[in-house]
Amino acid sequence: MDKQLEVTSNFFVVALLVLRKDVAIEVKSLEIISTTLFFAVSSVLVFAFALVREGSVVADAAAGILWIAIAFAGTLALGRTFERERYADTLRALLLAPAPRAAIYVGKLLGMVLLITGAELLLVPLVALLFSAPFFARPLFLAGLLVTGTIGFAAVGTLFAAMLVRSRTRDIMLPILLYPITVPVIIAGVRGTAALLADKPDDAAALMWMAVLSMFDVVFITLSLWTFEPLMTE
Amino acid sequence: MTPSFDVVTLDRVSRHFGRRRALSAVTLTARGGEIIGLLGPNGAGKSTLIGVLATLVAPTSGEVLYGGQSARRLGPALRRQIGLLAHELHLYPELSARENLAFFAGLHGLDARPAVDAAIEHAGLADRAGDPVSSFSRGMRQRLALERALLHQPELVLLDEPFTGLDDESVGLVRDRLRVLAASGCVVFVATHDLDLADGLVGRVALIRSGKLISDEPAGSGLRRRYRALIGHG
Repeated sequence: MDKQLEVTSNFFVVALLVLRKDVAIEVKSLEIISTTLFFAVSSVLVFAFALVREGSVVADAAAGILWIAIAFAGTLALGRTFERERYADTLRALLLAPAPRAAIYVGKLLGMVLLITGAELLLVPLVALLFSAPFFARPLFLAGLLVTGTIGFAAVGTLFAAMLVRSRTRDIMLPILLYPITVPVIIAGVRGTAALLADKPDDAAALMWMAVLSMFDVVFITLSLWTFEPLMTE
Repeated sequence: MTPSFDVVTLDRVSRHFGRRRALSAVTLTARGGEIIGLLGPNGAGKSTLIGVLATLVAPTSGEVLYGGQSARRLGPALRRQIGLLAHELHLYPELSARENLAFFAGLHGLDARPAVDAAIEHAGLADRAGDPVSSFSRGMRQRLALERALLHQPELVLLDEPFTGLDDESVGLVRDRLRVLAASGCVVFVATHDLDLADGLVGRVALIRSGKLISDEPAGSGLRRRYRALIGHG
């Protein structure tokens, strides 16, 4: 029992160390957060110029634009985060830590969720402003959808980005692999958010989509934890 | 379960990458206190062999036994006893020397402060400990990377081209360091294609060509002559 406790504690210590290291590097360089935010804001502005005419907006556009911007920004952040581990092959050094290798996955996943959440803190008010979307009418529901959707997207993205870190075609392969598998997450996020933006917000529908997203999260994280070690051992 | 490295055995280890045979049925035994030189031309399979010993590359067939037990049986605790200096240095350029060492000390569950102070002293970087690694010369990075690999006092030390970028004085210090490690009972593998640097340091040489172990013998004298006879140049 003590042995099991030690392994579990070691797992979370390693995961938190990896997260803390990623945050420390990002605080020093501000490279990923700045490029991710710039890209996310740019894409929302392009949508705004394309879809807003004399103050009127295509119905339900805001929900889709928010989630597309999150997916694009998240993909950029995933690529850059693992590029750092590729530069001096530090991912191999992480894999030599005396803890279950899935702890490295969890640490990187937490870092990605933090980064994408940072982008969302800017994107939500920006989309609300440009598309006159009442995002803040149901803040807790929206937060629930964003958290569960972000975790699902980052769970799959972190696994694929780690897998592709040594591939020469990683920049092309990441979106090709990531988007088809995360389409259910994006659809659930868009439908749940659209339910909140209706003239009469549909809380029951938003809750249902949140439950769907939570189910995706459990499935994606379980599969990733299960497959990370064999996939990362060459 | 505490792994023991009194003896490390490669039992007919092969590793294929698609149709390319990086290693073919390599059988080799190393005992505590030995410094074994893995010699061979570029692309001979030395780095793959180091990767297999480090548990980062899974053999296609055959197995590695650490004190008579397989890596799968020993689990993550095995990696606590392995120190790897690879061709890439496994250092984060944005972080300082101290931050890099503190991070890796944490991964190995060490009390960071004393371990990091000792490592910085050994690397001769006391006056640059707070500087980012990106500002270091190749030689300074190499010395720091060696200390990172030895931070947790591993029993199995795997060094891939450890003398790259080092000046004569640093080469001498590293050679002395490796002799001390071997004298303390560590198993030390040094992969290199530099015969002059291996000569006088390694006690045994394993000559590898095209993934095959073609000779395993005491280093003795006339290393270059024997290498030429077996490998064909050098």
